[in-house]
Amino acid sequence: MKRALMVSALAMVLAAGLTACGNGGSDGESKDDGDRVSINKNPFPSTYTPYPSDTVLLKDATVLDGIGGIIESGDVLLVDGDVAEVAEEIAAPDGATVIDASGKWVTPGIIDNHSHLGVYPSPSVSAHGDGNEISGAVTAEVWAEHGVWPQDPGFPRALQGGVTSMQILPGSANLFGGRGVTLKNVPARTMQGMKFPDAPYTLKMACGENPKRVYGYGGGRFPGGAPYSRMGNVAGYRMAWARAVEYKRKWEKYEAEGGTAPTRDLELDTLMGVLNGEILVHMHCYRADEMALIMDMSQEFGYKVSSFHHAVESYKIADKLADYGACSSMWADWWGFKMEAYDGVRENIPMVHNAGACAIVHSDSDIGIQRLNQEAAKALSDGRRAGIDISKADAWQWLSANPAKSLGVFEQTGSLEAGKDADVVMWSGDPFSVYSQAELVFVDGALMFDRNDPTSLPVMDFELGQPGEGDLK
Amino acid sequence: MIRTLLITAASTLALASAAAQTLTITNAKVWTGTEAGTLDSAAIYVRDGEFISVIENGTAPRGGSPVIDADGAWVTPGIIAPFTRIGIVEVGAEDSTNDTRASGTAFSVALRASDGFNPSATTVPVTRIEGVTRIAVAPANGGSMIAGQGFIADTSGAPDSITQDRAFVYIDLGEGGAGLAGGSRPAAWAALRGAFADARGYPGRFMAHNEGDTLTRTDAQAFGRAVRGGQLILVNAHRASDIRQVIQLKAENANVNIAIVGADEGWIVADELADAGIPVIIDPFSNLPASFAQLGATSRNAERLIGAGVLTAFAHLGDNSHQARLVLQSAGNAVANGVSFDDAMAAITTAPAAIFELDTLGSVAPGSTADLVIWDGDPLEVMSAPQAVIIEGEVQSMESRQTKLRDRYLDLDESERPLAYKR
Repeated sequence: MKRALMVSALAMVLAAGLTACGNGGSDGESKDDGDRVSINKNPFPSTYTPYPSDTVLLKDATVLDGIGGIIESGDVLLVDGDVAEVAEEIAAPDGATVIDASGKWVTPGIIDNHSHLGVYPSPSVSAHGDGNEISGAVTAEVWAEHGVWPQDPGFPRALQGGVTSMQILPGSANLFGGRGVTLKNVPARTMQGMKFPDAPYTLKMACGENPKRVYGYGGGRFPGGAPYSRMGNVAGYRMAWARAVEYKRKWEKYEAEGGTAPTRDLELDTLMGVLNGEILVHMHCYRADEMALIMDMSQEFGYKVSSFHHAVESYKIADKLADYGACSSMWADWWGFKMEAYDGVRENIPMVHNAGACAIVHSDSDIGIQRLNQEAAKALSDGRRAGIDISKADAWQWLSANPAKSLGVFEQTGSLEAGKDADVVMWSGDPFSVYSQAELVFVDGALMFDRNDPTSLPVMDFELGQPGEGDLK
Repeated sequence: MIRTLLITAASTLALASAAAQTLTITNAKVWTGTEAGTLDSAAIYVRDGEFISVIENGTAPRGGSPVIDADGAWVTPGIIAPFTRIGIVEVGAEDSTNDTRASGTAFSVALRASDGFNPSATTVPVTRIEGVTRIAVAPANGGSMIAGQGFIADTSGAPDSITQDRAFVYIDLGEGGAGLAGGSRPAAWAALRGAFADARGYPGRFMAHNEGDTLTRTDAQAFGRAVRGGQLILVNAHRASDIRQVIQLKAENANVNIAIVGADEGWIVADELADAGIPVIIDPFSNLPASFAQLGATSRNAERLIGAGVLTAFAHLGDNSHQARLVLQSAGNAVANGVSFDDAMAAITTAPAAIFELDTLGSVAPGSTADLVIWDGDPLEVMSAPQAVIIEGEVQSMESRQTKLRDRYLDLDESERPLAYKR
C-alpha cells in the first residue's frame, strides 16, 4: 500500500516535469493528469510570424475575390496582415499606403497544393534527392518537412509567379509516401520558419504505375517485391489501414481504460491521424477506374480523400467525384509520358468543374509553379471552346480557394474576405493573359515581392556569389 | 468569342482531292514574317501549296475557288517547333514505344531518327491543332554523346511528311555528354576531336582497321557531311564556358555549321555568339539553376540574346515529345520578359527556318510554302487557339485522339448505352 503510493507520487513528479518541457518530453510523449501517455502531435512547430506590414489600400483594380466574385473597379484594404475590406470604394484610413491599381488585377495569392520545392530543390544534384523515401512501399512515418531545404531557389521563383502558399509533398514512389507540409512562401532559415501556422498535416499516397514499378520491378531483381501489380497496390493500402484501425483501437482503449500504453509506431501514428480526421489524404492517382476503387476503399476504412492528384482521367468520372466530394488537383495539359497519363485531355479541369466537383490547378513542377495562372487560363479557354462557359472569377477558385480547402486552410487564406490572411497578388494586368505578371505579392500583408524594385526579390544562399544571383538579374 | 470559320465554295475533302488547288484567305490580320511586317487586313492567295501573293485589302477571286473569310482574325505562318521528339515516342515510359534513344547500340552518328518516325503517332495531330506545322525531331542520347541525326517534318500525318531527312547531327556537350563520354568534359571533347578526325579521314584511315579513334566506320561515313559544313551540328550546352568551347570549335573549323540548344547561360556570352554567327535554340521558361551548368539561368536570357543580335529560336525543352506545342506559350512568356512581339514570333517561325536552312518556310511570302494558321485571338496568348491549320495549302483536320476523348465524356449520361459506343 505504502509502496504503491510512493510510485504514484513519483509518477506525478515525472508528469509535472514532462509538462514543464512544453511540447512533450524526450520520448516524444507526455502524460496528462490521469497519468496517461499521450502523443505530441506537433513536435516541429511553426515559428513563422508575419513580417511587418503597412496598411495598404489597392485602389481601382479589377478584383477577383477568389470565391466567384468580381468587382470591375474595386478596392482592397489590407490592415495588420489581414484582408480588412473588399468593396467598390473604400476610403483610405489614416496612414494607409494607397496604391493606384487601375488597369491592374488583384486576386488572392495562388496556392499550389502539389509542389516538391525544397525536397527536390535546384540544383537537382544527387545530394538533393530528399523527396522520396523509396526504401519501402509503406513509409507513412516519414515527413516531407524533414527533407525541405529552405534555400531552394525555386521558392523565390514561385513567389514572383504569385504563389503565396504551397503544399510540399513526398514523391509518389510509395503506396504511402509520408506526410506533406503546408508552407507560406516566405524565405526563412528553417523549414519551421515557413510552416503555415495551424495547417493540418497531410498524407501522400500513390496509385498505379509508380509503386508497382519502383518496388515490383525495382532493384534489378525479379520480382523486386510487393507491390508488383495494381492488385498488390490495393492489398498494400488495405493491409496498412487494417493495422492502423487496430492501432487506433489500442489507443482508444488505453485512453479509456488505462493500463500499458501501446507501443509507439510512427507509421501508424500518421495513419491513425487520418482515421481520426486530423490528417488529410492527398492521393496521386491518374486513372478514373483506380480513383473509383480508392473512394470505395476510403469508405471501407472510414476516412476521406481530400484531393486526387494529377487526376488526368477525372473528366471520365467527374460525376462520381462530385458525389464523393473529393477535389482533383490537375495540370492543364500534361499527358502521354506514361500509360496512365495517355488519356489526358485539355478540358479536364473545366469538365471537372462543370460536373460540380472541386477542381484545382496544381504544378508538380518548379517551372509550372511559376505560371499557374496561365495554366488556369489554358484550361478555361479550352473549356469554353468545348461549350463549358466558366467565368474568370469562378476559375480563380482553382488557384486559391479550392487548394486552400483541400489543405484545410480555407479558414485562414484562399480568398479575399475580411479577416483572412492578406495573401494577395496585384497583377500587371489580366492574369489570364500570358503577358501579365505578378507585380506585388503580399504574404500576411507584408510585401514580399515587388517586380519594380530590384532589391525586393529574395536571393537564396545557393545563388549568392554565383553568376547573376537570382532570376531577375 | 468562339468563331466558326466560313469556308465557302469547297469542302475540306474537296480541297484535299483537287488536282490544281487554289485557296484564298481574306480579311486576315497577317503577321507575315517578312519586311512587310503585320498587315491589318489582307488577302492571302495560295496555289498548289505555295503562297502566290499577299495583298492588303485584297478580295476574293471570282469564280468557284475556295475562300476562307478570316473576319479580321490573326493569321501567321505555320509555327515551327525547333527541337522536339514528336513521332518517335508514343508513351515515354514504355520502352517498346520509345525510339528516341538506344543505349545498347554500337552506332552514334549513323542513327537516323527518321527511321523511327511514325506520322500516325498521337503526338502529331495533338501538336498540329495547336498551330505547329513543322517540327525538328532530334534523337536523344542513349549510349553516346553523339545522339545521331535528326530531321524536319510537317505535322500533316501524311506518309510523306518528312520535309528534310538528316537535317542535323545532335551532340550533347554538356553534363550529359560528359557522362556518356566517360565522365568528364575533357573526355567528351577528346571524343569529339577524335570523331572529327575519323570523319575527315574516312575512308582512308579505315583501310586497315574497322574502328576509328571515336567512331565506327559507319558513323565516320555518316559524320562526313557535317564536318565539312554540309550538315548542321546541333550542340546541347548551357554553361557559358561550355558555349565558349563551342565558339572555339567553330573558330578552328570555320566551315562547320553549328547551332546551340539550351544555352541557359547564353546571355553571358551573347556578344561572342553573335560575332561567331552561332544561333541558339532556347527555352524561355528555363530560369532555375537546375544544374551547375545552369547557374546563370534567367528569364531575361531571350531578351539579352536577341538584343545582342544572336539568331534565337524558342523551344519547349521540357517534355518535347508530347508538349512541344507549348512553344507558343514559351514565346508569350518571352514577351512578358522583355522580348518584342515580332521577335518572339520570329523565334518560332523565321528564326528556326533560318537555323535549319528551310528557305521556303516560316513566313507568309510569295513563293513560300503555304503553311499557315488562322487564330481566334493573339497567337501568343494562352487563351487563343487555332481556328484552322493549313499545311502546303491543305486545310488540316482539327481532330486528335484528345478531342475525341473529350467529346466522348462531355456528357456522362450512360442511361441508354455505355459511353464506349460513342465516337
